Formats: sequence, C-alpha cells, structure tokens
Amino acid sequence: MAASLQISGVRKAFGKGNKAVEVLQRIDIDVQPGEFLILVGPSGCGKSTLLNIIAGLEEPTEGQVRIGGKDVIGVPPAQRDIAMVFQSYALYPTMSVYDNIGFALEMRKVPKAERDQRIRQVAAMLQIEPLLERRPAQLSGGQRQRVAMGRALARQPQLFLFDEPLSNLDAKLRVEMRAEIKRLHQVSGITSVYVTHDQIEAMTLGSRIAVMKGGVLQQLGTPDEIYNRPVNTYVASFIGSPTMNLVPGHNGSAQGTDGFQIAFTQLPLRAPRDGNLLLGVRPEHLALDDAAPWRGEVSLVEPTGADTFVVVKTGVGDMTVRVSAQSRVRAGDAVGLHVAADHVNWFDAVSGVRV
Amino acid sequence: MNTKNLSPNLSRLLVYSVLLVAAFFFLAPLYVMVATSLKDAEQIRNGNLLSLPHAINFDAWGLAWSGACTGTDCRGLQPYFINSVLMAVPAVLISTAWGALNGYVLSLWKFKGSDTLFGFMLFGVFMPFQVVLLPMSQVLGWLGISSSVGGLVLVHCLAGLASTTLFFRNYYTAIPKELVNAARMDGAGFWTIFWRLIVPMSTPIVMVTLIWQFTAIWNDFLFGVAFSGADSKPITVGLNNMANTTSSVKSYNVDMAAALIAGLPTMLVYILAGQYFVKGLTAGAVKG
Repeated sequence: MAASLQISGVRKAFGKGNKAVEVLQRIDIDVQPGEFLILVGPSGCGKSTLLNIIAGLEEPTEGQVRIGGKDVIGVPPAQRDIAMVFQSYALYPTMSVYDNIGFALEMRKVPKAERDQRIRQVAAMLQIEPLLERRPAQLSGGQRQRVAMGRALARQPQLFLFDEPLSNLDAKLRVEMRAEIKRLHQVSGITSVYVTHDQIEAMTLGSRIAVMKGGVLQQLGTPDEIYNRPVNTYVASFIGSPTMNLVPGHNGSAQGTDGFQIAFTQLPLRAPRDGNLLLGVRPEHLALDDAAPWRGEVSLVEPTGADTFVVVKTGVGDMTVRVSAQSRVRAGDAVGLHVAADHVNWFDAVSGVRV
Repeated sequence: MNTKNLSPNLSRLLVYSVLLVAAFFFLAPLYVMVATSLKDAEQIRNGNLLSLPHAINFDAWGLAWSGACTGTDCRGLQPYFINSVLMAVPAVLISTAWGALNGYVLSLWKFKGSDTLFGFMLFGVFMPFQVVLLPMSQVLGWLGISSSVGGLVLVHCLAGLASTTLFFRNYYTAIPKELVNAARMDGAGFWTIFWRLIVPMSTPIVMVTLIWQFTAIWNDFLFGVAFSGADSKPITVGLNNMANTTSSVKSYNVDMAAALIAGLPTMLVYILAGQYFVKGLTAGAVKG
C-alpha cells in the first residue's frame, strides 16, 4: 500500500524573465514508503507550493516528482492516488458527512455496497458514526477535522498530504488530534507528507523533517538530527522553544589563552576551529551556577509549570536558561551561567553555517 | 435628530406618521389604478378620480384581457401576454444558467486573462442598450430570426448575460478554492464539481438572478418595440399600442386593467421568491 515519493530538482517560479519570483529552488527529497515527512518553515517559505506540486494542483517549472517510482508530472490530481487534508477542511457543505466521505469512492465508481462498508469502517475508526447524517455546518471544529481525515482515509490512497490540518483548532484539541494523526499513521502505514509552521507538530509527528526557508531546503533529517545537530543558525533558532541561545565570540590562540572568548569572559570550551564563531546552546544545556565565570543578571522569570525559563541579561545579549520549577531565582538576581560542554553547537559567525 | 426630550410615545407617533405618509404616497397610484379598473365608463366620466367604485365591475378586466381593440385587432392583451411568457421564460432560464457557468469559470477556474475578460463583461452592465440596437438587428437578420419570439429570447439572453455573470461570479468568489481542489483530488471533473458541489450551494443567488432577469425581461420595452414583428410583440408593446389607439372615447378602466395585468407577473414573482432575494443579496461567505 505504502508508496515511495521522490522529489528531484523541483523548481517553481512565477512570472517571466528578470521579474520572475522563485518560490522553490531545486528541492530534492526522497521519502521512503511508510515514512512521515514534515515540511516546516515560516509563511512564504514555499512549503505549501511544494505540497500542491506533489498533489498535482500546481505544476513545477522544472524537476520531477515520482510516486511509487512513477513520474506523475502532467498527471491530473485525481489520477495520482493521493488524498489530501486541507487547512480549512474543505468539506462539501451541501452533502452529509456520509456523502462527504463517500464522494471520492463514488467518483471512482466503487460499488455501493463496498462504499457503504468502507465509509462505516472509517467512521468507526474515527468515532464519528453518530454524525454520518449531519451536514458539515452542524459539526464542531474538531468533528469537521475528523470528517476531513475520514474522507482521506476512505480512499486508501498511496500517499497522504496534510496542509496545516490543525491550525484552525484550539490548543487542547490540537494536541488530541496530533496524537490521533500519529496513531492513524501507525495503523495505516501510508506514506505521508505534512506541512506545518508549528515546530512542535514537526518534532512530535515526523519521522523526518524538512526545514525550508525562502524556497530553499535548509536541512532534511530526523527530529533528533534537526534538534541536536542543526546545519545552520536558521534551523537552530527555528526548531525548539524557547529558541537556541546564540553567543558570538572568538576562538583562537591569538589571545594566548585556551577556550572560547566572549566579551570579557573566557569559557572553557573547545571549538572545532579558530576565528569568529557563534556558540549555539539550548536553554536546557545552560545552568545557573554561582561559581561560573560567565555572569549576568536575571531579567525575567517565566514559569511554565513543569519547567521555569529564566532570561539572563549578559554582556553578549539575553540568554534563556531552563531551570527546575522549584528554583527560587528572582528578577534582579546576579547569577553565573554554566554551559554543558557536550551539547554545544558551533556556527560560522558570518555565514551561520555549522562548523 | 434629538429625540431625548420627546416622550417615547410622541417620537413613536412621529415615526408612524412619516411612514404612513410615505405609504400613502406610494400606494395612491396603485389605488387609483385598481379603483378605476373596477369602475364603469359612466362613473369615470362623472366621478372623482379618488372615489370608490359604486359597484365592483370586472368588465374592464375581461375586455383588457381578450376584447379590447388595437387598431382593427380586437383580441385584447392575451396574445401579447402569451408572447411575453414565451419570450421571458426561456430567456430567464438560459441567461441564468449561462451566467452561472460563466461565474463558475471566472471565479473558480481562472485562466490567463480571465480577470480582464470579466472586466470587459462588466461594460455590458453599464452599456446603454440603444447602442446595440442597429448591429443587433443586423445579426438577427443574418440569423434569420428577426421579428420573432426566438430573436427576442436571444437578444435578452445576450443583454442579461453581463449582469447574471456578475452576480454568480461575485457569489462564487466567496467559495474557498480549497473546496474545488478537494473535489479535484477526489476525482471530480469540471462538470461534476459544478453540478454536485456548486449548483447545490447556489439557491440564494439563483433566486436573485431569476427575479432580476424576469423583471428586466418582462418589463423591457426597447427591445420589444425594436425587434418584434406583428405577431411577436411582448406585452409592454401591446399595452402601449392599446392605450395609444385613438378612438372616440378613452376607456380608462380598460387601460388601467390592462396595465395591472401587464404588471402582475413580476409582482407575483416578487411575492413568491422575494424572501430569497433579500437573503441572496446579503449572503456572505459560504462556510464549509
């Protein structure tokens, strides 16, 4: 059932000549059968365009898309054997839930008895059986979301596409549906591509994540790779909340000392090369330590329940530190910062590329 | 206006008086027409314009429908009424269906230049129809349907297309593009999406367009007088000719009855479908 998806050299430009706007610049992504790929990035990064190209709703200017090894460029969306869940759900307002789920099957001339069986099976899986006779307008947001998922599931397609399906839901429902999508993917095993701008959704759902910005694929990797070994400062600061601390400094023997020099402080860290660098360290890898040489003043304390985030104003900018909820630190306190040396990232100060 | 100093009763009284005056102003002509049509010739000659009829007398209505003379033809309005029905019903249905299809393409299946095309079509809404009289009669001649009901149907379809397209296009613009995309991915084509998805969502705007087109086509005089032949005159032209026929005595009662007969169908359409008219005009975005 599950199919592979290969995107090779896909480029998309609008307009002609020197007025052309490139929204996608040579994207190459290979998705294995059964994988759950996340396309993540800020608005306007081209992730939705890429999804539409996979779906066949837009054609690329250049490049190839293969589903299950078959080139699908020029093939109409209906014949690509793809199901898509839209941000606005796009339920057919004049049809009942039953007909919404069955519409695609009807279009594919699935016999009535089999259609009925599949609709009921999907409805049971999503627990929407009591809603089958209702119209979309009579459903709540979460129920509509479920129907939209059901419509996609009933098709039993080769590929699932999700276009920010959870962004219209409230926070609690979003967490529930996120788990639901993960469960359904595990049950069905269908290759999925999921577009979001929410990095938590990306981290929790994806087997691999593609981080995009300005039409360029920044990094493609497992959630662990993306989080712990970001390839540049953009990925480093986009993924993770609160974001990674980036500390400018200088590494080298010029000062005649060993370690990483930030402002007037020497950190006992070994950088992979000399020169001006950025030290990337996540809030959980900083600790408050009165003995540490790197000093600052607490400017903000943000308790979130499980953890408390402390913003410390230092000579090289504000640093966010994760401390335990029991911490007694208060705004105005003078503190020292300790860096967990095993968990630091190094970036070039100018290009932002990982070194 | 400062109504704070007035007692609630007094301000209410003011409002009602204004409304009553307005209602009287608008209803007076209707009253005169109905009252006159029910009077006999004797009472019209001697009585006051506003007086009530002495006895309810439908003779004038009968004459207007099937006995009044236009020149030497004494068949009343009946043949013209039938012509108008034969002209208006197909013209209304065709122009509405055609406009729906145009609107569907121009809003949900945009192509290169579709917005420009729509801009040009808008000219048709504001164009004075006198401009097209001459070229149109040429075209009707070439097609061999000048001076026929069929020719009038064609003229009204073309003349109404700009408005019907505008109505449907603006209504369909509110439909999210994702809905069409979802249907495309589900395997529905251009026509299936139109019939199964878009048409069922269109009831309010269909009603608006039907009323609009019916009123315009039924009440049209210009095309009727310019493009009809002896046996294809619509009711507006028939009414005009009948009322202008010179005879020794003017039968105002018959003229009034005839005018009421000519106006009744549009009024009936408003009464039957009017509730949709307001709903359709105020309908906003279509929520999924």
